[in-house]
Amino acid sequence: MERIKKTRAGQERYEVRLSGSGGQGMVFAGMILAEAVGVEDGKYVCQTQSYGPEARGGTSRSDLVISSQEIFYPKPQELDLLLAMTQESCDIYFPALRENGTLIVDSGLVTQLPDRKVYGFTFTRIAREQLGTPMVANIVALGTISALTKIVSRQGLLEVLKRRAPRGTEERNLQAIEIGYELVRKKKAKVVKSDTGVG
Amino acid sequence: MPIFSEMTHKYLRAKKKFPNVWCSGCGIGTVMGAIIRAIDHLHLSRDEVVMISGIGCSSRMPVYVDFNTLHTTHGRPLAFATGVKLAKPNLKVIIVTGDGDALAIGGNHFIHACRRNIDLTTILINNSTYGMTGGQVAPTTPFMKIGTTAPYGNRERGFDISKLAMAAGAPFVARGTVYHVVQLQKLVEQAILKKGFSLVEVISQCHTLYGRLNKEGGPVEMMKWQRDHAIPISAAGKVPAEKLKDKFFTGVLWDIDFPEYCEEYDKVIALAQSLAEGEGVRVKGKERE
Amino acid sequence: MKPPVKNQRLMQGNRACVEGAMAAGCRFFAGYPITPSTEMAEILAAELPKLSGKFIQMEDEIASLAAVIGSSVAGVKSMTATSGPGFSLMQEHIGYAYMAEVPCVIVDVQRGGPSTGLPTKVAQADTMQVRWGTHGDYYAIAVAPSSVLECYEFTLRAFNLSEKYRTPVIVLMDEVVGHMRERVILPDPDQMTIIDRMKPTVPPEWYQHFEINPHFVSPMASFGEGYRYNITGLTHDPFGFPTEKPEEIKQKMDKLKNKITHNLDDIIQVRAEFMEDANIAIFAYGIVARAAREAVRMARERRIKVGLIQPLTIWPFPDQYMEHIQEQLDLIIVAELNQGQLIGEVMRVNRGKTRVSSLTRYDSELITPDQVFEKIREEK
Repeated sequence: MERIKKTRAGQERYEVRLSGSGGQGMVFAGMILAEAVGVEDGKYVCQTQSYGPEARGGTSRSDLVISSQEIFYPKPQELDLLLAMTQESCDIYFPALRENGTLIVDSGLVTQLPDRKVYGFTFTRIAREQLGTPMVANIVALGTISALTKIVSRQGLLEVLKRRAPRGTEERNLQAIEIGYELVRKKKAKVVKSDTGVG
Repeated sequence: MPIFSEMTHKYLRAKKKFPNVWCSGCGIGTVMGAIIRAIDHLHLSRDEVVMISGIGCSSRMPVYVDFNTLHTTHGRPLAFATGVKLAKPNLKVIIVTGDGDALAIGGNHFIHACRRNIDLTTILINNSTYGMTGGQVAPTTPFMKIGTTAPYGNRERGFDISKLAMAAGAPFVARGTVYHVVQLQKLVEQAILKKGFSLVEVISQCHTLYGRLNKEGGPVEMMKWQRDHAIPISAAGKVPAEKLKDKFFTGVLWDIDFPEYCEEYDKVIALAQSLAEGEGVRVKGKERE
Repeated sequence: MKPPVKNQRLMQGNRACVEGAMAAGCRFFAGYPITPSTEMAEILAAELPKLSGKFIQMEDEIASLAAVIGSSVAGVKSMTATSGPGFSLMQEHIGYAYMAEVPCVIVDVQRGGPSTGLPTKVAQADTMQVRWGTHGDYYAIAVAPSSVLECYEFTLRAFNLSEKYRTPVIVLMDEVVGHMRERVILPDPDQMTIIDRMKPTVPPEWYQHFEINPHFVSPMASFGEGYRYNITGLTHDPFGFPTEKPEEIKQKMDKLKNKITHNLDDIIQVRAEFMEDANIAIFAYGIVARAAREAVRMARERRIKVGLIQPLTIWPFPDQYMEHIQEQLDLIIVAELNQGQLIGEVMRVNRGKTRVSSLTRYDSELITPDQVFEKIREEK
């Protein structure tokens, strides 16, 4: 697992935001991640979501706080990990990411990158090409998050998807996790700094 | 008469709560007598009868009768009755309400009770005014009649209660009068026996306020007016149109069948439980009667 | 991999609330859709029939609470759930339930107000409405969960208090508590205490539905059990018949008061953290207490002697506890998501004994731990 920061209250705390636009399944992905972390991996987890007009039109997001200790404040204060599936969500939420936090983007959709280390994967395109639908891009992204950060176990994600994926799509969702892992293993990520341009 | 009275007394909380609040000559007592005779004639047990009312003169009735009685808030007896009936569908739930109670402040609950079709019996006593608060106009006060809040004449139209109920979906709608008291008892009996939401509108008199303000005389004159303006629904079509002016029909105006809500909900329960069992979900045993 | 823990689930606050209700024996829900409480209606529409319970969507919130009271009078544990605008509409029947002494549970998932306000945003601006929302004199009980697990436990407790004292009990939640998901380990059903209303032991002819007795709580027969009695929202005598006699009126009003005020020790619960040696206290309930708990730890890392007072029952107000604890304090900071409601209660009990300072937020966002911590540093 990635190095976990201690808060000023001496609490261990890891904060995640999954962001994109309405319809990209960020809330669903957040629930899957939270259940895998909490129920399967046995950690404390608290998941909240953006809710309201914003979720219908522009950006949609799901936030998680993960800890091995009881979580007091339920919302993120300084993100450790940001997943951005659209340019807009990247632009809006990037400032909430801490200095050495992990930024993962769908590099097919996010082209203007901030001036820092970024993991880029073409989640949506890969999902469409390899699994026949862009609908599971969110789950591919969960696979890469697991592979990159170890914040959630691969087994945990698979177990949760087995029971939570809509009927008939279980197999596709399990494959999506594997593809996410594969992307990291084969170093298909474009690890870029934007001052060198997007490759 | 003494026999009637002895039977009626069996159903009254006579020692505790009499004399009552109603003016002598008021029609509400007559309606109470008709309801009691209907219940007695149907051999309902006092323990299985629930009488629910709102606020107003007519809504004071539950205090006087020896049933399970619930005197609720202004306009809302049908909403309370919905909960009682769903919780214990074996109870016979009778709602006593007035025209102001049911149609002004309670108008929304009234139309939805008609639409929802829970097995409730509603006796709506229509005296065209607010009696308890002192003769203000009601949603049933006819055009240009006088109320204390319409001293220059009521410029609104009154509701046609029966048509409203039918349009809202009530499967049983009847109208009677205080004058036609024998018919009224039969209408109440039919309404109680009807599976589904039933409404009996009772044309009643408030001589103290409405009668006095509109110079319609005392209770006798007002009951004569009921006698002279009521036309049995069976005569509809036989009476020439010009003679129907200012008249109203009485009797069972509407009687259709539609699935009753509590029975439908039993199907919901059965469906939910069979689906849950199909998914291997442990369902606790039936915990209600 | 760790072995799975029994009853361990990821759960939303609104779901935990209704799961707690069902565990308490709730078998009737009447409600009207309103953000952010709607999930409760949706879940119970699916779940109650599986338990042979019943759900009904009414025409408005007024009707919803009326149906709940009707069902409870007929002997079924019943609840409704709503948010600000619906809670305002329910005030009429909350008053009826106090007067007629009908057990029922009302959940208010707070959102921003007044009026339609902020349907999807958090607030604690109904705090005083819960206490004083309906007309007349009455004594409210309200529990205030701050986590998903507490949503479960406190709703169950709300039913128990409601049945025990024959009074409506309010579960005062907020949008964040209602919508957040947390990993919870639910208590074992066999370990939970479930309280049912006391039933009469006397024959029907002796029965008084509002009997005056030394406990101030009267046994309660249901409709259809052979006890034919009257219930009314009018002030009534012990039989339930309307009264205008001054001595009977006073007796009734005293009964409503005493059944709560003589049982404060049983009803009131306070979470106190780091209070043993504290000279500063943060007073916060519900979701704000979560920020305060973190802020208190931040301050303790810096050797500031600050503690947390979190009322778990927001009403009745913990007068006695505050009277006692304020003796050791120099400063109380009251943090709340409104323009300053609860601070009035703290100051009422405080009577100038300590400094009392207000930390409020009403821009739809949560008070953060940093804000609380900064406030402590400013004021200490």
